[in-house]
Amino acid sequence: MLELRGLSKRFGGVQAARDVSFTVPAGRISSLIGPNGAGKTTLFALITGFHRPDAGSVVFDGAPIDGLPPEAIARRGMVRTFQIVQPFAGQTVRDNIAVGAHLRIRSRRAALAKAEEVAAAVGLDDRLDMDAAALTVAGRKRLEVARALATEPKLILFDEVLAGLNPSEIRDVLPLIRAIRDRGVTIFLIEHVMQAVMSLSEHTWVLNQGELIAEGAPQEVVRDPHVIEAYLGKGMAARVGGREQAHA
Amino acid sequence: MRPLVVLAVTFALIGLAPFAIASDYWLNLVIMTLYAALLGQAWNILGGYGGQFSFGHAAFFGTGAYAVAVLQVELGLNPWLGLAAGGLLAAGVGAFVGFCTFRYGLRGSYFALVTLAFAEVLRILSNSVWFTGAGVGILIPLERGAASFQFVDKAGFFWVIWGMALAAFATAWWIGHSRFGAQLMAVRDNEDAARALGVDAFRVKMAAITLSGFFSGLAGVFYAQYFLYLDPYIAYGPAISVESLLVPIIGGMGTIFGPLLGAAALQAVAELTKEVVGEAPGISLAVYGTLLVVMVLFMPRGLAGLGARIAGLGPRARRRRAARLEARNA
Ligand SMILES: Nc1ncnc2c1ncn2[C@@H]1O[C@H](COP(=O)(O)OP(=O)(O)O)[C@@H](O)[C@H]1O
Ligand SMILES: [Mg+2]
Repeated sequence: MLELRGLSKRFGGVQAARDVSFTVPAGRISSLIGPNGAGKTTLFALITGFHRPDAGSVVFDGAPIDGLPPEAIARRGMVRTFQIVQPFAGQTVRDNIAVGAHLRIRSRRAALAKAEEVAAAVGLDDRLDMDAAALTVAGRKRLEVARALATEPKLILFDEVLAGLNPSEIRDVLPLIRAIRDRGVTIFLIEHVMQAVMSLSEHTWVLNQGELIAEGAPQEVVRDPHVIEAYLGKGMAARVGGREQAHA
Repeated sequence: MRPLVVLAVTFALIGLAPFAIASDYWLNLVIMTLYAALLGQAWNILGGYGGQFSFGHAAFFGTGAYAVAVLQVELGLNPWLGLAAGGLLAAGVGAFVGFCTFRYGLRGSYFALVTLAFAEVLRILSNSVWFTGAGVGILIPLERGAASFQFVDKAGFFWVIWGMALAAFATAWWIGHSRFGAQLMAVRDNEDAARALGVDAFRVKMAAITLSGFFSGLAGVFYAQYFLYLDPYIAYGPAISVESLLVPIIGGMGTIFGPLLGAAALQAVAELTKEVVGEAPGISLAVYGTLLVVMVLFMPRGLAGLGARIAGLGPRARRRRAARLEARNA
């Protein structure tokens, strides 16, 4: 579905991505984890055309998408959400979602109808006429998901959609993400909430200082000494003894 | 559907003016209000709905005005054809300015400064080439008659500006109810988020500035035929650029009726100033500047925002607000 080939990106003195290669399989939920500043968001930005990589290339759905702008990539069926939510403030929830719907739908009326349908799917149907800026954090995260979903993507990249939510809100959102996968949408997510990563994704990649340091089933990856060290610092790996689950 | 009804009724009522008003003085005021509303709506399409604040709409206005005048005087082109030429050339200047700025991702004050620079360059150019009459200006020879776009009575001019303004306002309505408009406002409110959802921000902004240039150019064409005289300062000077943005700022940016409210308010203030101070040179710019400061400081959402706030005192709005607060605290 999505193949990264040797992606590298440097910001001044920071190597945010270093020769990153992997393939995200279709139809599943996969994840990307790593400590703060590891380069996860940067990798999403490289994949979706917001940043140009210094080296490497990206193949999506069988075709290279190098050099394409974000809007062209979205049209091909890959959308991202933002870690820092980006609502169209001052516009209603319905209008926000309709912007996504308009990617495939010209008619205003049909796009608004689609927006209502998607809002119902993510549990925002009771707030359709509310100003997006007035939503709670949890509401805004749902709005990010709804807008992306309204574009009818093949692949969604979620950047920490669970961050800032309390445990009960997280419990509400997990089934939503699975439901999206069950509709046939491939999901690739960045997540800090390890419990969510474990319960959602079958495969995870671990990034540290721009480099892939591990990959595999999340339950195994979190026992990897390199991963524990990346999260908790040197020396911790030995003490933890690979039994504790890492939590960022 | 409702704004469309209000729009139709408003323009129908304004359309009664030539039948109801006998005095040329008052009909002229209505004409100048519609003219300012057209100028303001042109700016509003790009600035209000698109969030791209231009300080140089004179570049488009002046191009429309000079086009109809020069083509008429130098080539003998009928001014009705000049009308089309003026609108299209102004749209072309809009597209050119848009290409030069949006291509390079200029936003905010950088965009504003570049538009200002374009208008100034055009002012200096029109001051130096022969076919605009340079600094002396250009005079369109008097030839009264509808065929030469020089009506004997004011009603003829009224219908032209009424039609132009109606077209601009209908376009603003369309922006509020179409995919293009939804994308334009999305770009205004968050360009990155819009692009992530597949909005081609460059194309959308190009379309907005081209439309904006077109309507601004029509205002220029009208001005030229109404007053039959242009010079570089009138056509490309800062006064038009300021008036263009002041009208929607007073009335309410990004709202369909804002430019009409703003034009009426500005016209009233201009007439009052004339009564009180007389026609001192530069006085209108001084008044504009003061108004701009007052509006930005005390009424950033304009008269339309004030209307909404007054409407917001009603029980329905209170309930809505309470519901929103509740949801936020939930
Ligand atoms: N636009 C940018 N300009 C400069 N440095 C950046 C930029 N974006 C990210 N970085 C740097 O790249 C590194 C990786 O950041 P990021 O991708 O946001 O990490 P993560 O999402 O894993 O927390 C950080 O050191 C960050 O400061
Ligand atoms: Mg991040």
